[in-house]
Amino acid sequence: MSLLEVRNLAVTFDTETGPVQAVRGVSFSLGRERLGIVGESGSGKTMTGRAVLRLIRPPGRIEADAMTFDGQDILNASERDMRALRGKRIGMVMQDPKYSLNPVMTVGRQLTEGLRLRDKLGRADAVAKAVAALEAVQIRDPYRVMDAYPHELSGGMGQRVMIAMMLIPEPDLLIADEPTSALDVTVQAEVLSILDALVRDRGMGLIFISHDLRLVARFCDRVLVMHKGVVVEEIAAANLLAAKHPYTQGLLNCLPRIGGPRGPLPVLDRTGV
Amino acid sequence: MTALRVWLSDPNPASRRQARLGQAWLAWQRIRRNRLAMAGLVIVGVLFIVAAFAPWIAPHDPLVQDLSRRLLPPGTPGNLLGTDDFGRDILSRIIFGARITLYIIALVAVTAPALGLLIGTVAGYFGGWVDATLMRVTDIFLAFPRLILALALVAVLGPGIENAVLAIALTAWPPYARVARAETLTVRNSDYIAAIRLQGASSPRIIAGHVVPMCLPSVIIRVTLDMAGVILIAAGLGFLGLGVLPPTPEWGLMISSGRKFLFEQWWVATMPGLAIFIVSLGFNLLGDGLRDVLDPRSASR
Amino acid sequence: MSLIEIDNLTVTFRAQGREVRAVEGVSLSVDARESYGLVGESGSGKSTILRAICGMAPVTGGTIRIAGEVLAARRGRAFSTEVQMVFQDPYASLHPRHTIDRTLSEPLAIHGLPGRDTRVVAALTDVGLPPSFRFRYPHQLSGGQRQRVAIARALMLKPKILLLDEPTSALDASVQAEVLNLLSRLRDEQGLTFLMVSHDLAVIDHMCDRIMVLQHGRTVEEISRDDLAGANMKTPYARSLFEASADRMLSGTTEPT
Repeated sequence: MSLLEVRNLAVTFDTETGPVQAVRGVSFSLGRERLGIVGESGSGKTMTGRAVLRLIRPPGRIEADAMTFDGQDILNASERDMRALRGKRIGMVMQDPKYSLNPVMTVGRQLTEGLRLRDKLGRADAVAKAVAALEAVQIRDPYRVMDAYPHELSGGMGQRVMIAMMLIPEPDLLIADEPTSALDVTVQAEVLSILDALVRDRGMGLIFISHDLRLVARFCDRVLVMHKGVVVEEIAAANLLAAKHPYTQGLLNCLPRIGGPRGPLPVLDRTGV
Repeated sequence: MTALRVWLSDPNPASRRQARLGQAWLAWQRIRRNRLAMAGLVIVGVLFIVAAFAPWIAPHDPLVQDLSRRLLPPGTPGNLLGTDDFGRDILSRIIFGARITLYIIALVAVTAPALGLLIGTVAGYFGGWVDATLMRVTDIFLAFPRLILALALVAVLGPGIENAVLAIALTAWPPYARVARAETLTVRNSDYIAAIRLQGASSPRIIAGHVVPMCLPSVIIRVTLDMAGVILIAAGLGFLGLGVLPPTPEWGLMISSGRKFLFEQWWVATMPGLAIFIVSLGFNLLGDGLRDVLDPRSASR
Repeated sequence: MSLIEIDNLTVTFRAQGREVRAVEGVSLSVDARESYGLVGESGSGKSTILRAICGMAPVTGGTIRIAGEVLAARRGRAFSTEVQMVFQDPYASLHPRHTIDRTLSEPLAIHGLPGRDTRVVAALTDVGLPPSFRFRYPHQLSGGQRQRVAIARALMLKPKILLLDEPTSALDASVQAEVLNLLSRLRDEQGLTFLMVSHDLAVIDHMCDRIMVLQHGRTVEEISRDDLAGANMKTPYARSLFEASADRMLSGTTEPT
C-alpha cells in the first residue's frame, strides 16, 4: 500500500497573458522509500513538492484526478485538515534555512514551541525531546545550539536544525526541496547521510527535490526527471546511467568531470526537447 | 492602434526609444488595472484641465465683487456653489485657485525631491563623514515641525506665493533625502555598482547614472503621497495670511476668509475645503497606485 | 615574468571593533594565458582574493602585481582595461533599469571610445546572443543569457585578465556547460588569462591548469591539474574536498549508497 498517490497532477497559474501550466500530467506513487525529483529551474519540481502539501498560493491552482496520502484524500481536504497534516505527518525542508527559521527566536524555542502547543508537553519533556532531535542530526552540543539565534549558526548547522525541527513530530513523509544546495560539499555529504539514516531507521517516505542529477542518483531509490512541467522519465536510480530519454542523457553529460577532456562540454539540444 | 500596441510590446525593441516607450507602456498597463490609482489619476487629470482652461470654464471673474449678491447659498442660479462675503462666485474662485495650487505643487515637486535626491544619494554613496554631516543637517530640518519651520521662513522672507513655495520646498526635502539614502545604501554594495566602478567610472557618473535611477521610484512615490501634505501646508500658510495674499483666489485663503461665517454661511469655507480634500485624495490614490507600478521589488515579478 | 603576482596577501575586515582576517598570507602567480583556479568552501577567502585585486577589499599586507607593476591604492582607469570581473549572481550584476545596450556601451562611454553601435553588436554576437536582444532589459533575459551579457560587458574594454567569481554556480547544469564552453572559446580567441573561483572542483578542473585549495583564508595546497585527476593531493583537507566531489569523477560511479 503506497503512502502517497498522485494521479495526473496539474498546477496552473492564471497570468495576464492567460493560464500557464507549471506542472501537468504528473503521476507517481510513493511507498516508504526515497523518491528523487530532478529538473532544471522552471521544470516544475518545486511546484510538484508544494502541490502535495497544497502550498500553492493564488493565482496558482492545483488540479488532479486523485491525490491521496495514507488513504486520505488530500486534494479535497479542508484547509483545517491540511494544517493538521502539514508538519505533523508531512514535513518539508526548504533550500535555505535562513528564510525558514524565525530570526528573532532562539532555536530552542522554535523547536519546543510545537511540542508544547500541539502535544501539550511540559517544558522539561519538550526540551528533552528537542535535544534528542538535535542529537539525531548529529549536533554535538545541542544545549548550545538550543540557546543560539538562527544567525549565529552556520549554513550546515541551520539546515540540520531545520531537519531536526521537521523530524520532531515524526512525520511519515518528508519533502526536502534542495536541502543541500546552499551548503558546502563536505557539509552536504554529512546532511545527506543524516537524512539517509533517518529514512532507513524510521521508515519514512522521502521526496528529494534537486537540480543535481548525480546527487539524486546516488542518494535515492527512484528518480523522476522533470522538464517543462512534465515527467519525461521515471527510472530506478541504479539504472540512471542507462537513461534513454535524450533530456536525461543531456543532463548527465553536460557536467564537467574531474580528469575529463578539456574540449567543449556537450550541451543540451534545446530544439529537440 | 493595434500596430502601435504590437510595436510597444515588441520583446526585441529596435531602438532605445522603443525600449523605453515599451517599458512605459507596460507600466501604464499595470496602473490601468488598479482602479483606485485610475481614480486618483482622473482627479489629478481634472485638476490639470481645470487649471489650464480656467478662464473658459469659470462662469464669473474670480475677482469681481458684487456686494448685492453676497453670501448666496449653493444652488443659486448663476452661482452654483454660492458666493462669498464680497459677492464673488465661489466656483470660479475654486477653479482659478486650481492654478495656484498646481503652481505651488509643481514648483515644490521639482525642487524638493531634486535637493533630497542629491543629498541622500551623495550621503549614502560616500558614507563616512560626508554621510554623517549631511544626515545631521537633515536631522536638524526634520526635528522642526514642518508648518512651524515654513512659518518661520515666510516670516523672514515676507508673505507671497514664491516665498511660500520656497519655504515649503526647504521643509519638504529631508524625507526625500532619507528615502534616497536608504535606497542608496542597499544599492551601493550591489554587484552592478561594483562592476561599473571596475569599468573606471567616476563617482558623479555612478551616482547620477546608476544610483539615482534606483532611488527615483521610491522618491516619486513619496512625492505623490506628500503632495496632499504640500497642498495642506500651502493652504495653512494661506489660512494664516502668510502665503498667497488676498484677493488672489487661493483655497487656504478662501477657507480662512470663510471662517467668520462658518456657522451661518457654511459653504464659504466648506467648498474650498472640499476641493482641497478631493485633490489631496487624488494624489494619495495615485501615489499608492504608483507604488505598485514603480516599486522595483514588485516590478521584478 | 608572471602576469599576476600576489605575494603574502592579507585582507582584514574590521567589524564592530573585531578584526576578521579573511585572507592570510596567500601568495600565487599566474602566467599570461594561464588559467588559475581557487577552490574552497564558504569562508575560505577565495572570493575576497578577487575583490582585493579589484580594490574592493581592505588589503592590510602583502603586494599585488599586475604585469610586474605594483597596483596603486586607487585602481585607475588603466586598471579597468587590464582586469575585469564576472560576478556570481547574474541576477544582481546587471543594472535592472538599464537596457543591455546601455550596460554594454557604458564602459565605452567612460573611456571615450568610438564606434559604440558596432562594438555593442559585435560584443553580443561574440557571446552568442542575437543582436535583437540589444534593447532588452535584464528581466527579459534568462539567467544564462544574463551571464553572457555580464561576460560581454567584462570584455568590452578588451582586458587581458578576467576574474571569474563562481560564474556558473547560479546556473542550471545545462546552462553551466554552455557558459563554460563560451568562456573557453573566448579565452582562446582573445588570449585571456583567467583567475577563477569556484566551490565545484569539477568546474575548476575543467577550466584551470593549476589549482589552489584554500581554507579559513589560508593556502592549503597548490595542485596541478594532473595531480588532481590522479588524486595526488598531499593534505587531508584537499583530499576530503576531492572525495566529497567523487560523483564528479570521469568514471561517473553512481552506485547507490
